Amino acid sequence: MLRSFTGGLAALALAGVVSSAQAQTIKIAILGPMSFVQGENHWAGAEMARDEINKAGGINVGGKRMQIELIRADTNEMTSVPDATNAVERVITRDKVDFLIGGFRSEAVLAMQEVAMDYKKIFLGAGAAHSKLGLNVEQNYARYKYWFRYTPTKDVDLARTLFAVMGSIAQQVRTDLKTDTPKVAILAEKAVWTEGLIAAAQKNLPAMKMEVAGLWQPSATATDVTAELSAIDRAGAHIVFTMLSGPVGISVGRQMGERNMKAVAWGINVEGQKDEFWKAAAGKAQYVSTLDTYAEVEMTPKTIPFVRAFKERFKKSPTYNAATYDAILFLKANIEQVGSLDADKLVDAMEKAEHVGTGSIVTFDKRHDLVWAVGKTAGIAVQWQDGQKVPFWPPNVKGMKPFKLPAR
Amino acid sequence: MLQDILVTGLVNGGVYALLAIGFSLIFGVARIVNIAHTAFYMLAAYCFYTLLTKTGLGFVLSALISVGGVTVFSVVCYRLVIEPVREHEAAVLIATIALALIFQELMLFTFGGHFLGIPSTLEGAVRFLGVSIPYQRLLILVVAAVMLVGVWFILYRTRLGLAIRATANDLEVANLMGMNVHRVAMATVAISVALASVAGVVVAPVFVVDPFMWLAPLVTMLAIVVLGGLGSLKGSLIGALIIGYVEAITVFAVPAGAYLKGAVALLIMVAVLLARPEGLFGVAFEEER
Repeated sequence: MLRSFTGGLAALALAGVVSSAQAQTIKIAILGPMSFVQGENHWAGAEMARDEINKAGGINVGGKRMQIELIRADTNEMTSVPDATNAVERVITRDKVDFLIGGFRSEAVLAMQEVAMDYKKIFLGAGAAHSKLGLNVEQNYARYKYWFRYTPTKDVDLARTLFAVMGSIAQQVRTDLKTDTPKVAILAEKAVWTEGLIAAAQKNLPAMKMEVAGLWQPSATATDVTAELSAIDRAGAHIVFTMLSGPVGISVGRQMGERNMKAVAWGINVEGQKDEFWKAAAGKAQYVSTLDTYAEVEMTPKTIPFVRAFKERFKKSPTYNAATYDAILFLKANIEQVGSLDADKLVDAMEKAEHVGTGSIVTFDKRHDLVWAVGKTAGIAVQWQDGQKVPFWPPNVKGMKPFKLPAR
Repeated sequence: MLQDILVTGLVNGGVYALLAIGFSLIFGVARIVNIAHTAFYMLAAYCFYTLLTKTGLGFVLSALISVGGVTVFSVVCYRLVIEPVREHEAAVLIATIALALIFQELMLFTFGGHFLGIPSTLEGAVRFLGVSIPYQRLLILVVAAVMLVGVWFILYRTRLGLAIRATANDLEVANLMGMNVHRVAMATVAISVALASVAGVVVAPVFVVDPFMWLAPLVTMLAIVVLGGLGSLKGSLIGALIIGYVEAITVFAVPAGAYLKGAVALLIMVAVLLARPEGLFGVAFEEER
């Protein structure tokens, strides 16, 4: 009897210790397609932030030091949206996470956002660009206020960056090729996120004194674009304006090189942002350029140290999804300011905060979208030159190099 | 524009023809509904990629090992998975779908979802009628032609070919005539997977290697074999060219609808089947048995 009573007391004491230990951690779920580069970068950036913060003693929550515990949640969102929502449900109900960070495909993130909002969990987006995510906040603030898009800028703002860079490339084409009206072929995968960009391109390019040579829309998963490129070649395009997030980006880069095309590719090519792109395109993607986030340039004082540390640890460059690093540091700054993990208090603080990250200087608008500004959140542009990803825009940032056109 | 369509359609048709020959043999001639056929094509592409880029064995040796290894593996799969349920077509269908998905997940687990590129066997391009054609695509055309002749020779000029056609025509009668129908079926699977592996080795350098690369060709191959007519190699070749040309015409005629090229090709297939259910060069269903 005495033994079982003592045992019971010990169990209770142990439970108390465990409970106390559990309370010492802040649980953050990192949501991403973990078998893919996007998810790998989500996780890698988060690991760097966790190790850095925990090594320095954790996060100060109202005078109490708490360590960060990351929960790795594979959303499998590339192939299944239900898998993504299940992953969010699981980390909230089973793992009892405090915060959610990540996501990539807009279609999946829109669904994940709903689950997160049901549970009033702060969700920092680190991948999806669709405007609807922010529009939800504006239209139903009470429900969606826990959503913040940490990266990238929303699709409309991505377009602003694309056209700013396009303007400078067009100017170079005018000068080098002695043509007043460069011809631009729009090559956009058929997907929700490209619709607004295509409409903007068709409207803005003529206003920017460029001729739209045509619009080609392959499938996002197309592996062969020879017919499209053949038609673009025939149309005499000087610039191929790409809007590609899937493997078709590799096919475009490779097949443009194989066909020895004289047009230069500029736009969004998510595959082109990865170090593996050059090899995947069999070394043929010379002069393919894309919007990007990280390079060894002084976007902020933290950019170069972060990129170097990332490369040293993971043996490759970060993609924009690695901004999970910044998102966690942003959370830390706000938790320490508020002195609490209370979601409503944190939302108030985050709405007013300015955060200098590794790839951008972040402030949020009323939709909880990034406030767009060149040199702050607009990102950078890079071009593949002889196997190296060379940053060339914005030109006023230290470390930028010249943009090159294919020889004619 | 006409010359673009002519050249692009021919070159892309060649790619499809190479992919379709093996499928035509297994599905069209032997009537084994092996949905995992293009998954073997994927396995060969991964095998070739690994040997070529990680071991430095060179194109020829990497290609031979890939084709040989995947063919032997397919025989093992046949004995373990297909043969026990061979007499039930629905079971074969389901078992081979499961096999394909297992291969997909294994590749996803081993290589991740990364998109991989295989260097071209032949570098460079030639201009024909003002259209640039990479040498690798010309190689595919040549290999497709050689494979077609080879398969035709096996089917119509060898005892094995006779046995394959006989068992496809009537399994029970072939068995009663003393043929080892299991061995014939195994040989058919081996030959067709060898053809898929050759396609994986030769075609993969112009595409991207990833764990889902078997899905799109599967649909196209089904369309080509059914369009050309079950059991007709000539039909498969012409079906491949028709699909290649339809896709090229779609892209040139409706650039903003380029993503529809696959759907348009399938629509053509449905239209042909409505007018001629046995396909362009197939044997009428009523006359089969």
